[in-house]
Amino acid sequence: MTDTPLARIRNFSIIAHIDHGKSTLADRLIQQTGALTAREMKEQVLDNMELERERGITIKAQTVRLTYPAKDGQTYVLNLMDTPGHVDFAYEVSRSLAACEGSLLVVDASQGVEAQTLANVYHALDAGHEIVPVLNKIDLPAAEPERVRQQIEDVIGLDASDAVEISAKTGLNIEGVLEALVQRLPPPKGDADAPLKALLVDSWYDPYLGVVILVRIKDGRLRKGQRIRMMANGQTHLVEQVGVFSPKMVPVDSLGPGEMGYLNAAIKTVADTNVGDTITDDRNPAAAALPGFKPSVPVVWCGLYPIDADDFDKLRDSMGKLRLNDSSFHFEAETSAALGLGYRCGFLGLLHLEIVQERLTREFDLDLIATAPSVVYTVRKTNGEVVELHNPADMPDGTLIDSIDEPWIKATIMVPDDYLGSVLTLCNERRGQQVELTYVGNRAMAVYRLPLNEVVFDFYDRLKSVSRGYASFDYAMDGYAEGDLVKISILVNNEPVDALSFMAHRSAAERRGRAICERLKELIPRQLFKIPIQAAIGGRVIARETISALSKDVTAKCYGGDISRKRKLLDKQKEGKKRMRQFGKVEIPQSAFIAALKMDA
Amino acid sequence: MEPLALYVHWPFCASKCPYCDFNSHVRERVDHVRWRDALLRELRREAERAGRRPLVSVFFGGGTPSLMAPETAAALIAEARTLFDAPDGLEVTLEANPTSVERGRLAAFREAGVNRLSLGVQSLDEDALRFLGRRHDAVEAEAALEVARALFPRLSFDLIYARPGQAEAAWRAELRRALALAADHLSLYQLTIEPGTRFATEHARGAFALPADDDAAALYVATAEEAGRFGLLPYEVSNYARPGAESRHNLQYWRYGDYLGIGPGAHQRLSADGGALLATRRHRAPEEWLARVERDGHAVTGEEALAPPDRMREALLMGLRLAEGVDTARLEARCGMPFADAVDPFMLAACEEEGYLERPPGGGRLRATAEGRLRLDAMLPVLLR
Repeated sequence: MTDTPLARIRNFSIIAHIDHGKSTLADRLIQQTGALTAREMKEQVLDNMELERERGITIKAQTVRLTYPAKDGQTYVLNLMDTPGHVDFAYEVSRSLAACEGSLLVVDASQGVEAQTLANVYHALDAGHEIVPVLNKIDLPAAEPERVRQQIEDVIGLDASDAVEISAKTGLNIEGVLEALVQRLPPPKGDADAPLKALLVDSWYDPYLGVVILVRIKDGRLRKGQRIRMMANGQTHLVEQVGVFSPKMVPVDSLGPGEMGYLNAAIKTVADTNVGDTITDDRNPAAAALPGFKPSVPVVWCGLYPIDADDFDKLRDSMGKLRLNDSSFHFEAETSAALGLGYRCGFLGLLHLEIVQERLTREFDLDLIATAPSVVYTVRKTNGEVVELHNPADMPDGTLIDSIDEPWIKATIMVPDDYLGSVLTLCNERRGQQVELTYVGNRAMAVYRLPLNEVVFDFYDRLKSVSRGYASFDYAMDGYAEGDLVKISILVNNEPVDALSFMAHRSAAERRGRAICERLKELIPRQLFKIPIQAAIGGRVIARETISALSKDVTAKCYGGDISRKRKLLDKQKEGKKRMRQFGKVEIPQSAFIAALKMDA
Repeated sequence: MEPLALYVHWPFCASKCPYCDFNSHVRERVDHVRWRDALLRELRREAERAGRRPLVSVFFGGGTPSLMAPETAAALIAEARTLFDAPDGLEVTLEANPTSVERGRLAAFREAGVNRLSLGVQSLDEDALRFLGRRHDAVEAEAALEVARALFPRLSFDLIYARPGQAEAAWRAELRRALALAADHLSLYQLTIEPGTRFATEHARGAFALPADDDAAALYVATAEEAGRFGLLPYEVSNYARPGAESRHNLQYWRYGDYLGIGPGAHQRLSADGGALLATRRHRAPEEWLARVERDGHAVTGEEALAPPDRMREALLMGLRLAEGVDTARLEARCGMPFADAVDPFMLAACEEEGYLERPPGGGRLRATAEGRLRLDAMLPVLLR
């Protein structure tokens, strides 16, 4: 079953914007080739995690092996690689693409090309893919295949004259897609007799099997019982099972060049398997690893705290379970005066952060509060030391800092002409540098360099709001550059609230500091003493608000019969103070800080 | 022997006022003889437990105790005088409403031994009296005050302010009229919404709104100013008196002294052998109280010996209401623990620094300033350990 000649294998991925029909098309391909019967078919088979289904986002790469008897009389093996669908997983996407020779570019014939599509097409072109344009939703009255075809040619520079017109929803012309794959995609290359060289595409934790590794064989053969070696970390494992996805897991004896499939080898955590690593034979290793391996590094960090302090242990256990399956997610314990015990967590990006937070909330039933996301800064100290910091609270005193470098991104934003002005204003406010501005019909494509720091702070929300939801956005990391950055501390009653401190460009410091002070003034109830709230850079106060002391709080009537009741009330009030955080002589309800952080998001 | 005060609760009213959460009930008829006997019985029983002690005061509260038969008051006063050592000038207070019916009975109560009258005037404004659900008007109130002034050596009355929409100027004017009526004591309460009252329902529904805290605080300050002009000083959060005319009975509560509480729902604090302090409460429902007293000789539903920290809390939450504050040495003896262990020293210092608490010259006392008293409910939870 796996001795398929290279000439009859096609490995492909599907590139599409969210909602443009990638998953529906995948379902149709599976159905049409009979990989699953109609009864077995669950809609969007590939997105099996609840959250993935709901938001149409694929987090893990997955493959399905399809068998297709083509019109030329030959039967082909078509390996569909479903790639993670978001920029946060850009590296994972690049590895998935590296496992294929071609891509289907699915574009909604009524919507046209979106920013995310564009970025992924470039990734596919970088991977040397042959690209087959597919116009989906051709059955919709609003479909404009000619315009979209032109757009693909203008924006991407691809010849779209042979674009396959389909409706994944109705099943129209799925055959055309299958034929195009066979005829237009090149077969994989590989040497069955060379030492084993397999690309580790992705891995996940299965409660029964342990870690399952998704591989693409480049050279040699992968066999059950083989001792394999991970070339990046040097670990060796005994292969217990090799198989393919049909899409169910089907064990096979071995996998040969050009094939995709899985292996498991009693590996306990995905942290031991690095996406992009090269798997080789321990006794007969390959001379060199496959190119392009990068260890995964968190880009965005934030604190996650249980709202109920009693959930701290549960949070640790839950995050441990998540990490079993997501090695790109990092966490370490930290303590905050305002929020209590929690964890500092690292993510590949904002979406990744959101997904993890949502999974913790949903699958583990935890009530969490997240501090403002922070990026990773490179701080050069005056003593010559260079440190990487992602928690504003750890930032050294300003006098000890020589300079700070911050990460930049290259963002691609596509937006209808009408909203372009507001989008450009937003980018400029966020210190954006325009790289390119082009038009396709009535849609504009703006390419900007932006500091990531400005993007993690409510950029998506603002972009959505200024474009009434019409802008699409994608980004790639684009190096580090020195920035005039300052740490803004928020002081309540003259004591810093670590959870609220943040980094900002000097030009935005006062505005953002003032906004937080004003918000806290709204949120913190008046109490016995007046409470100064300040935003400061080092020792210099840049914004200040004062919550005045409450003016009156006393029981009017209190006589002999009221004593017991009043005392019990007092006991209750003291009990309620457990949810308060002490700042000198004032106590602030934790709920005020939580509300302040929520408004940030 | 610790001196004690005697409180007698008469639980009946002609009608229930919408702001009142006291233990009061409206009944078509009351068997005055049975009630008199039961109150006497409970008094004798408690006197037996307390032993013979100096008597500080007697206070008839309610409810509307001016609706009880004057003979009942007379019998209870006489009994108290035999059971305890009463001084010549024993303070005996009766709460009364200024309706014409009650006005006609005041002489009989004076006869019975009442020497201090506390009239529930509540307002001199007709609209306000209607809003407060009172059964008298301003003319009746002034007539009752006139009669009372002639009959009783000591006179106090209550007013409720910080009412919905009440402007400071209007309140000052109303208060001046009241002060001119020459009482030697006034209880001036800000209107509060108590759970379970008709006002609580209406307020929750948005039928009316109370003044904002800042405005209520301004009204409080204005109140003390006006009262001060007439020589009445705020000796407690809501009570104003000419020096020497303070309510001795209520001072006993605020100074955390012993008191007996007789009648439905009455509370009691009584020191017992071995330094214990017993908190006692009685059945609140009038009929059940009566049945239990007739059956068992008392209607006690619960009694606990208060632990030192509990006593300390009670003593401070009462004592800091007084302008004179607390005597820390007396507090320690009364509560059986060091004062320093009861309060958070850091918060104590903060409150002193802020001008909420002070230690008057001469030492040995701690008191809340006017500013501190105005915020006492917020101060206690942070101050007490």
